[in-house]
This record gives sequence, structure tokens and C-alpha cells, in this order.
Amino acid sequence: MGNNRLQVLKGVDITIQKGELVSIMGSSGSGKSTLLNILGLLDWHDEGEYVLNGLRIHDLSETKAAALRNQFIGFIFQSFNLISYKNALENVALPLYYQKIPRKRRNQLAMEYLEMVGLKDWAHHMPNELSGGQKQRVAIARALITQPQVLLADEPTGALDSVTSHEVMELIKHINRQGQTVIIVTHENDIAEMTERIIHLKDGLVERITEHV
Amino acid sequence: MFDRDKWQEILSTIQENKLRTFLTGFSVAWGIFMLIILLGAGKGLQNGVSAEFNDDAINSIWARNGLTSMEHAGYKSGRRIAFLNEDYDNILRDVDGIEYKTARINLWSAQVAYGNETGTYSLRGVHPDHAKLENTEIISGRYLHQLDLQELRKVCVIGKLVASDIFKEKDPIGEYLNIFKIPFLIVGVFDDAGSEWEQRVIYTPVTTTQRIFGRNNEIHNIMVTTGDLPLERTTEMTQEIRDELVRAHDVHPDDERGIYVWNNNENFQQIMNVFKGINIFVWVMGIFTIIAGIVGVSNIMMIVVKERTKEIGIRKALGATPWSVVSLILQESIVITAFAGYTGMVVGVALLEFVGGMIPPDTPMFNKPEVDISTAVYATILLILAGAVAGFFPAKKAASIRPIEALRDE
Repeated sequence: MGNNRLQVLKGVDITIQKGELVSIMGSSGSGKSTLLNILGLLDWHDEGEYVLNGLRIHDLSETKAAALRNQFIGFIFQSFNLISYKNALENVALPLYYQKIPRKRRNQLAMEYLEMVGLKDWAHHMPNELSGGQKQRVAIARALITQPQVLLADEPTGALDSVTSHEVMELIKHINRQGQTVIIVTHENDIAEMTERIIHLKDGLVERITEHV
Repeated sequence: MFDRDKWQEILSTIQENKLRTFLTGFSVAWGIFMLIILLGAGKGLQNGVSAEFNDDAINSIWARNGLTSMEHAGYKSGRRIAFLNEDYDNILRDVDGIEYKTARINLWSAQVAYGNETGTYSLRGVHPDHAKLENTEIISGRYLHQLDLQELRKVCVIGKLVASDIFKEKDPIGEYLNIFKIPFLIVGVFDDAGSEWEQRVIYTPVTTTQRIFGRNNEIHNIMVTTGDLPLERTTEMTQEIRDELVRAHDVHPDDERGIYVWNNNENFQQIMNVFKGINIFVWVMGIFTIIAGIVGVSNIMMIVVKERTKEIGIRKALGATPWSVVSLILQESIVITAFAGYTGMVVGVALLEFVGGMIPPDTPMFNKPEVDISTAVYATILLILAGAVAGFFPAKKAASIRPIEALRDE
């Protein structure tokens, strides 16, 4: 922390449509993580405008931001960020706890999502009993359980080997095909190549946008 | 506020860190344990000392004769002062505010006999009010009566140990006890909250005693009670009684040996003030001990928050509101404090009960160490508040964790 401010994003003017699968690429320091944090309501922009699902985001209170995150955004992280002392099922059910959904219903839904990612049989295993790919799939199930508007993935394959990476990407693409908007931050070309649109960031500016059809 | 999910959250984090939780809880438990033990011991001391006062009325003033230790009005020192019936009458006439009153003659070793049983006991010739002054409790028959005095009846009331010594199982009421070979009718048996000594006493009417065993109108003690008059008034009364006696017997006003007047009120008040002081002291000590415990809990919760920064970040990313984070930490703190404190309290009370059971009931100056329910309730409320205070700052810190910083990969 400290008082020295650093301008990271200098001009990012992009629109991502509902149902798109987009990746954001850039070298370290390009501002891609900052952009993701702003998109995910984990950080605030000082200037400009951010419209999420028709809602202009500005001056949110912590409580309001928390509610919006819970409702609209699902996060997937490079290091999975599962809670270590909760089993797979409890981890997946956690976002619903903050929606005050009754326990029974929560666990039922969590089981459905675990089934979707192919980990039904691992529901009662603790995170340290799962492989990296399995952990990431649990994390994906957790991100999806609230049926968010946007799935934000920060280097989702960064900690995985190439075979598992492709399995996870297949899962993400599968989810996208069902109409889920997905934004992936990555620096791996082959991962980015699997998305429909690649936004290249450099020094806080959009360098170029590559479209795949 | 405490739903099942919250409990599970708390229990699972506690299970995660058993040793740390135990150590934290221990400091609080210890604080409360010490507070309870100190309060209990203070109370035990108070009970013990109060029991010492049970022997006599705590609102009484006693005058006792003796040998003068100062020359005065032409008399040498070492003169024996004898109170007379007139002194007693004058005091009753001149001093306002007297409630119960009695004169007393003491025969330190009276030989008594009944059939083949004999014994030596302390005999006191008294007025009927004496029962009020000595806290004498009649357990069968009656105490002395004004008529006994007027008619110079040869009646007596005996202590329960006299009854069991001399009469064994037999009911002594209506029997004649020979005191120095003179038969006295036993009209009552009494108990006394004082020592066993007080239960080996025989009471007879002061008039009869003077006539048979004494020197006509001589008495040894004058005792009065002061009702519920304030302490200042009883001090004045003590001085008035003293002045009356000093004047009548030409004793130097400062001669405490010749005439000794004792105000139990003052003494009792002093002792009670000491206990008030002890009680305050114990609470202050206890509260400081608990504060040490709270600081411990607060410290540990701070570490908990630090260790769980990442987890709290995840929770916030998943939609945890600041309040839900605050309540998570606060509740954990309250649960640890309240549970540990309660354990400390129960152990403390159990120990007091145990020790209380081991102490013989007539141990001087210490009796029935205990903590009353209201103290326990206050302590419990205090604990829950303490837990909340202990958790407050760590919880604030937890709520201010920024997810991006918490989730940043090292």
C-alpha cells in the first residue's frame, strides 16, 4: 500500500456481449489482472464507465458490491482458492450460503453442479485429496452455482499440466456453449486460441483485438 | 444470529486450530477461575469473621469492671472497681436509645451436681434480655423471666452441652440441679451460635445470684443493645455510659483498665468496611486478570484473521458481505470466550465447593467459601461482552481485507 498511485489502465474501451468467450492477453504489467479485478467488482475504476448487465457500476458500498459479486460474477483462480477445511461439496455450496439459501437446497444444488463437472463421487473429499484438475473443476462448479452473468477466469490453467489444461478448457467451452459469458485472462497462446476473441493489452491500452470464428 | 451454519463454521475453524483455541480459551478460563476463587475466598473470610460475631449481638455495648491502672481523685492505682445495681439503673435512666439491657454476674467455676453426675461450669446471673445480647437460642423449656428475678426464684437455664454432660439422654426440664449444693429448678435448655464454651454455661436470675453467691448489689458487666441507631449515636452512647461509670467510681476518664466499655457496632462496622474493601479489591484484580485474558483472545483473533486473510478474500469474492465477515470473527471470539470462561467458572465453583466441604464448620475466621448466583450471572454477562470486545478489532480488520490483495498469488 502507500500513497504512490500508479496508473495501470490508460484506455480500455471494449464491449463484451452476452454469451461470448473472450480472452484477455498481455505480458505481466499490461494491466490485465487489474482489468479483471475491475470487471469482477474487486477493485474500482477511477475514471470512465463500467456497465455490467445494463447496470452502471459506480460508488458501490462494500455490502452492495458483495451482493453484486455474489449474484452476477463467478470467479475462477489460478490457484483454485478452495477453502482447505471444507470438502468439495461445501466449497461449491458456499456462494449459496451468502444468498441465505437453506442448507438442504444448497447441498442438493452443489451436488448437481459437481455432477456436471464430473466430480460427484468426490463430493466429500477435502481439497488436499484432489488433483489440480479436480480442484479447478470444483472451483468451476462453485463459480457457476449462482448462475452468474459473467464467469471470470484468472489464469485458470496456470497451475495445470497441458493435458489437464485442455480438459479444463473443454469444460469452460462446454459451459460457454450453454450461453454463459466467459472472460479468461491468460498469457498462454494455445489457451487464448481456444476463445472466440482475444483482447491484447499492452501498457494499459488495448493493442489489438483478434477475432476467431 | 447463531444458525446451524454459523455453528458449523465456528466449530470447523476451532477444530482446525485445537491447540491455539485451547491456549486462548485457557487464558480466559484462568482469569475467571481466579476471580471466582478470590471472590469465594473473600466471602469465606467474611462468613468466618461474621460467624465470630454471631456469639453476641453486633449492635451491643458492653461495660466491664477491672483494676484501675491510674491514680485519680486521691485513690491509688490497682483498686478493684465493682459495678453496682445503681450503676445499671442510672445508665438505663440517663442514656437514651437503649433497646435491650442486662446486668451480669460471672461465677467462673460453679460446681454442679445431679445424682452421681458432677461438673464445673461457668455461671452467669443475668436479666431476661441477656438472651438477646448473647444470641441465646432456647431449644426446650423457657428462658429467665422478670418474675424469676422479682421473686428471687432459684431457677436456671442450662447450655445444651451441660444437659448432655449431666443428664445424657434424660430431659432435664423440671429436674433440680444442685449448684454449690443449692438446688435450682431447670426451666430451659439453650443453644448458642458462639463457641462450645458458650454452650457450657448456666444462666440464673441476677437477683437470686446476688443474694446467694454474690456480694449483695454488686455486678460485673453491664450490657445494652442500641437497636438500629446509626454508628455515631452508638459512639455517643458508649461515651455516656463510660462517663456515668467513671463519675460514679472516681476513675480517671482515660483509665481503660479500670472501666472498659466496648462498642461492638464500631468493631463490626470496621470489619464490614474491611470486607467491602476486600471485595472491591478482588473485583478489580479479577477484572484486570480478565482484561489480560481479553487481550490474549484479541491477539489470537488478530492472528486468526491474518492467517485466514486468503480465506476471507475468497469468501468476499464469493459474495460475503463485510458484516458477515465481522460476525464470523466476532462470534468465534464470543464462543471461545464464553465457553472458556464458563468452564473456568464451573471449575472455580467446584473447587470452592470441594474446599468448603473439607473445612471443618467451626474453623475460626474462615467458613463456607462461596459465590452467589448473581455474581456468577454478572461474570457470565461480563464474559460475553469481553468476547465481543476481544473480537471487535480483529473483526474490523477482517472486514477491511481487500479480496484482490488477499487473492494475489505469491
